[in-house]
Amino acid sequence: MTMLEIKNLHVRVEDQEIIKGLDLTVNPGEVHAVMGPNGSGKSTLAQVLAGKDEYEVTEGEVRYKGEELLELAPEERAREGLFLAFQYPVEIPGVSNVYFLKAALNAIRKHRGQEEMDAMDFLSYVREKMSVVKMDESLLNRPVNEGFSGGEKKRNEIFHLSVLDPTLAVLDETDSGLDIDALKIVADGVNSLRSPDRAFVVITHYQRLLNYIVPDKVHAMIDGRIVESGGKELAHELEEKGYAWLEERVAAGEAASAPSS
Amino acid sequence: MSTVEHLTGEYQKFVQDLSGDWPSALTERRRQAIERFGEIGFPSRRAEQWRFINLNPITETTFRLPESFNGFGAAELEPYVYDGCHQIVLVNGRFVAEHSRLGDLPEGVIVASLATAAAEHAELVERYVGRFAKFDDHPFVALNTAFLRDGAFIYVPKGVVVEEPINLICLGLPEAEPVAFYPRNLIVAEESAQVTVVEQYASLGDGSYMTSPVTEVAAGANAVIDHYKLQRESTEAIHMATFQIHQQRDSNVSSHSISWGGGLVRNDVNAVLDGEGCESTLNGLYMVEGEQQIDNHMRVDHAMPNCDSHELYKGILEGRARAVFNGLIHVHKDAQKTDAKQTNRNLLLSKEALVNSHPQLEIFADDVKCTHGSTTGHLDDVAVFYLRSRGIGEEAARSLLTYAFAADIVERIKVGAVRRELEEFLFRRLPRGEVVRQAV
Ligand SMILES: Nc1ncnc2c1ncn2[C@@H]1O[C@H](COP(=O)(O)OP(=O)(O)OP(=O)(O)O)[C@@H](O)[C@H]1O
Ligand SMILES: [Mg+2]
Repeated sequence: MTMLEIKNLHVRVEDQEIIKGLDLTVNPGEVHAVMGPNGSGKSTLAQVLAGKDEYEVTEGEVRYKGEELLELAPEERAREGLFLAFQYPVEIPGVSNVYFLKAALNAIRKHRGQEEMDAMDFLSYVREKMSVVKMDESLLNRPVNEGFSGGEKKRNEIFHLSVLDPTLAVLDETDSGLDIDALKIVADGVNSLRSPDRAFVVITHYQRLLNYIVPDKVHAMIDGRIVESGGKELAHELEEKGYAWLEERVAAGEAASAPSS
Repeated sequence: MSTVEHLTGEYQKFVQDLSGDWPSALTERRRQAIERFGEIGFPSRRAEQWRFINLNPITETTFRLPESFNGFGAAELEPYVYDGCHQIVLVNGRFVAEHSRLGDLPEGVIVASLATAAAEHAELVERYVGRFAKFDDHPFVALNTAFLRDGAFIYVPKGVVVEEPINLICLGLPEAEPVAFYPRNLIVAEESAQVTVVEQYASLGDGSYMTSPVTEVAAGANAVIDHYKLQRESTEAIHMATFQIHQQRDSNVSSHSISWGGGLVRNDVNAVLDGEGCESTLNGLYMVEGEQQIDNHMRVDHAMPNCDSHELYKGILEGRARAVFNGLIHVHKDAQKTDAKQTNRNLLLSKEALVNSHPQLEIFADDVKCTHGSTTGHLDDVAVFYLRSRGIGEEAARSLLTYAFAADIVERIKVGAVRRELEEFLFRRLPRGEVVRQAV
């Protein structure tokens, strides 16, 4: 079965259309990279998939493991195995990282009919996952993301990802602003989680990440649509040539399809 | 007859009924206080210090002096008893010996009812009671002083450390008619002494009454006093309290005021830092819902140089509840190198809840560090979404974030029993408290 199938998606925010007819199909086991210039709607797509309600879907459909994704509340999507690593992870003063993860993991386990983990089991489970992202254990007891450096926040997202063990993970610029060591850690984390029944959508600006996470497909997103798809060589092409050639093509296409007066 | 006239009349009965040996200075102080109360009466709605709070429930009620001071069993007291504490029980403002436990106290320490202390330690009572809490322009301090009769008297002599907290349980026992009573408490720690006091307010049953306590705290040089107040009376109760702190050099006083009960609640917390090197920590957490009103009025006087004060008051409001915060830091001319910080934060969980917050600074010294701030807002939608996107249900996410809002006050409570009491309350109050309990 297809993991994710997006058809003709249109999304509006505050009377402005941001996603303008987007199609994307992701199969289990695949890693898709989505690249595009600033403001092209990548994060909007990611947030819509996660269920942020200030975005209004005006047209189109999204199927996740065959189900209507858009019908589900954000927490139901997460419990069904969808995970979004935020471009800007949110600071939550007063909620420690470890409490947060325990509440999240137990909500997901309960939904799956598994027993809730007790404090001891949870801790050893979490420690094991921390070593994957080489995260300092002190970050466990700190409030979620509060006072974390940029790199720590991104690593924390991957840490959450590995603890929550999702089926489909969307990473929104998890690589941005990372030095090469941190980038490798993030990439290793993702690679270690790659499996035939898991899929990733990796949103990025930089081809560099794709040297470490080798994608099955690369998509170029311009102005709310995917306008070009290809293999990993497309990422190199985008890095070299930028997006202007695609933007021109889109503009030309729009001109061609515009009603002549 | 107006409420003021009525209360003045009650005073005559009260004085006739008053038994025991009282220092003449106190008798005189009572007389002056009722006279002053007769002059100032209750504040109008326009009075600066009483704006935003509706005192009609007081001015429209005929309060009598209480007649019952006992008639309940150990089971009813149970919820307020903390193991490992000395215990003083007051009911409708009067000491109840049979429920009090004054265990082994270090040499020289006095923990007694005020009435007993007035007879046995007249000199101390005279020296301290009414010395710091001024009634000139405060009707409730005036009433409390006029009707001064009983309360807790805690005295720790020089250099003595009282290890176990003293648990002062002040219970309201409603009668057929509304009653008003005025517990008068005194906590003195002489030079280098140390004591922890828990002051609880609760109701034995429903029914309206007013408790109007005054607690005076005198910290001698280098003394350490930790005070916790837990106010959880029934919503039919009115609570009008003054907490008056006086600190001498190098003393360290902390006060945590936790309040979730009462229909109409006012806490005046005043601290005078009257020697160099003092530290004063005044924290509070109020949680109100329905039609509850709470007003926290703080005043910190930095009278001398090199003192620190930190105030953090947080409120969680639901329903049509209303909170007032008024905080004044007054730095006197000579109080150089003052470091004063005052913060009030309010979390609104409903559309109808209302907050009036007024942090203020009055600074007459030029080399000081003073900050104040106030915020009032709803839960952060982005944070709620972030939690939900990780699988936590919406209600649970809101409960977790609400708990988190309160957590930094909870964590500062050093007396385990009080901290657990507050945690349990939060777990009960929050819609998905069990998720929070499980997570934290
Ligand atoms: N909540 C919002 N309210 C108003 N406009 C928004 C909102 N969210 C996004 N937009 C607008 O939608 C457009 C797309 O934003 P989005 O964040 O999806 O772009 P992006 O491709 O992720 O960009 P970047 O590469 O900079 O992260 C931008 O013009 C942005 O200003
Ligand atoms: Mg983005």
